[in-house]
Amino acid sequence: MRLSPVLRAGALVATLALAVTACGGKSQQVNSSSSLVDRAKADNKLTVGIKFDQPGLGLKTANGYTGFDVDVAKYIAKKLGVDENNITFKQAPSAQREDLIAQGDVDLVIATYTINDKRKQKVSFAGPYFVAGQDLLVKADNTSITGPDSLNGKKLCSVTGSTSAQTLQTKYANQVSLQNYGGYSECITGLLNGAIDAISTDDIILQGYAAANQGKLKVVGKPFTTEPYGIGFKKGDTKTQQALDEYIQAMEQDGSWKAALQKNFGSDYKVPSEPPITEK
Amino acid sequence: MDFLSNYDLLGAFWTTVQLTFWSAIGALVWGIVLAGMRVSPVWLMRAFATAYVNIVRNTPLTLIVVASSLGLYQALGVSLTTDKTTAALAITNFRLAVLAFVLYTGTFVAEAVRSGINTVPVGQAEAARALGLGFFQTLTLIVLPQALRSVVAPLASVLIALTKNTTVASAIGVAEAAVLMKTMLENEGQAGTLVFAVFAIGFVILTLPVGLLLGWLSKKVAVKR
Repeated sequence: MRLSPVLRAGALVATLALAVTACGGKSQQVNSSSSLVDRAKADNKLTVGIKFDQPGLGLKTANGYTGFDVDVAKYIAKKLGVDENNITFKQAPSAQREDLIAQGDVDLVIATYTINDKRKQKVSFAGPYFVAGQDLLVKADNTSITGPDSLNGKKLCSVTGSTSAQTLQTKYANQVSLQNYGGYSECITGLLNGAIDAISTDDIILQGYAAANQGKLKVVGKPFTTEPYGIGFKKGDTKTQQALDEYIQAMEQDGSWKAALQKNFGSDYKVPSEPPITEK
Repeated sequence: MDFLSNYDLLGAFWTTVQLTFWSAIGALVWGIVLAGMRVSPVWLMRAFATAYVNIVRNTPLTLIVVASSLGLYQALGVSLTTDKTTAALAITNFRLAVLAFVLYTGTFVAEAVRSGINTVPVGQAEAARALGLGFFQTLTLIVLPQALRSVVAPLASVLIALTKNTTVASAIGVAEAAVLMKTMLENEGQAGTLVFAVFAIGFVILTLPVGLLLGWLSKKVAVKR
């Protein structure tokens, strides 16, 4: 087979790329035994799993990533001595978060990751860095829904299979109509055109949508569950846990925690008090 | 393994079976009508059926299912039920999903049936015309009975594809197998592979016998020429 110069150059690049990735894989394996804290400092590299589709928390945009989780990741990276440009963000969908950590695809998961005992069997947590609660998002002019007690006969929307959808199913199934969609954007469409009365999931996620639809939607503000968000990492890495807890507290104390929340959720957002660290 | 008993696996797969059953019947009827239109002597019917098949067949199924919920139900208020209780939304979603599957799968049935019509020798239709039968009589009495017998195997493939396509109904929250799988993955993230395996086996149990049965049937009813 005869190859044109362009093709030959392309083949060379492809071969080189293969060789480089092969080496990359090896060096990672050598380092994986030591603690993340040491490894991040030595390599000046950090891979963080975030959500790509949640405004205000973790959102992939044309020119990078924005959101509170992203800001937490950047703060932690700075404390670990990793340059902001050397952070690699990877998408961490809810169902894959444990596997991404266990397989070493990501160093940290900062993706609205609720700390619970079942998850602690597979990963370790630091934090919480935020305590959310399941709440309701309604139209700005809605006065009939004031909390979980005023939902009789209403149409509620959530995301198929999510913890929030399950809570609605077990707590309110006999008094409300439940509509589940594949994503929150379909729920928002329904809420804006009046087919849906309220969307329910963690208040901080709803806050992001409220900020994105300013003046049209509002969060009711009566949370009925507690969801402590933690930073997930490889199970048993106690050195990392101590370090991360320390960084989270530092972030809360030096004001950057509050500033990050206000930056992502608007100046109207009432910043809650800092949650105490439970994972030690 | 023990967490499997906490979930209503049979109930979820039963919804999948019901979705498949009603969609298959609707799609068969609609597909035969479309195929009849494509070979009809009226150019407007031919043009409509050709355009419909080519547009719908090439539209992503998720789009059709979500459009039936966001467009038909939310924007136009088509609710497909007179139920007024809190269960109304679930009934509506189920029926909207069936409607979407009928509209989509009907195009594949139509193309299979049309290929079957092409296997019927043209002399058959000419003989029917010579006897004085009109187009509709020729189609329903002479051509379609022979055509359908020759397309049992391709229709079996369409049915198997439909069974698996019903998982798309999870996009509008119909509580079938894929919804339960998402729920289980959310709760039992540590046993993801097992959950996948359970649902894969569930679908094999649904589709394999259908394929074998219809494969046998297609040999039995085939027109010997």
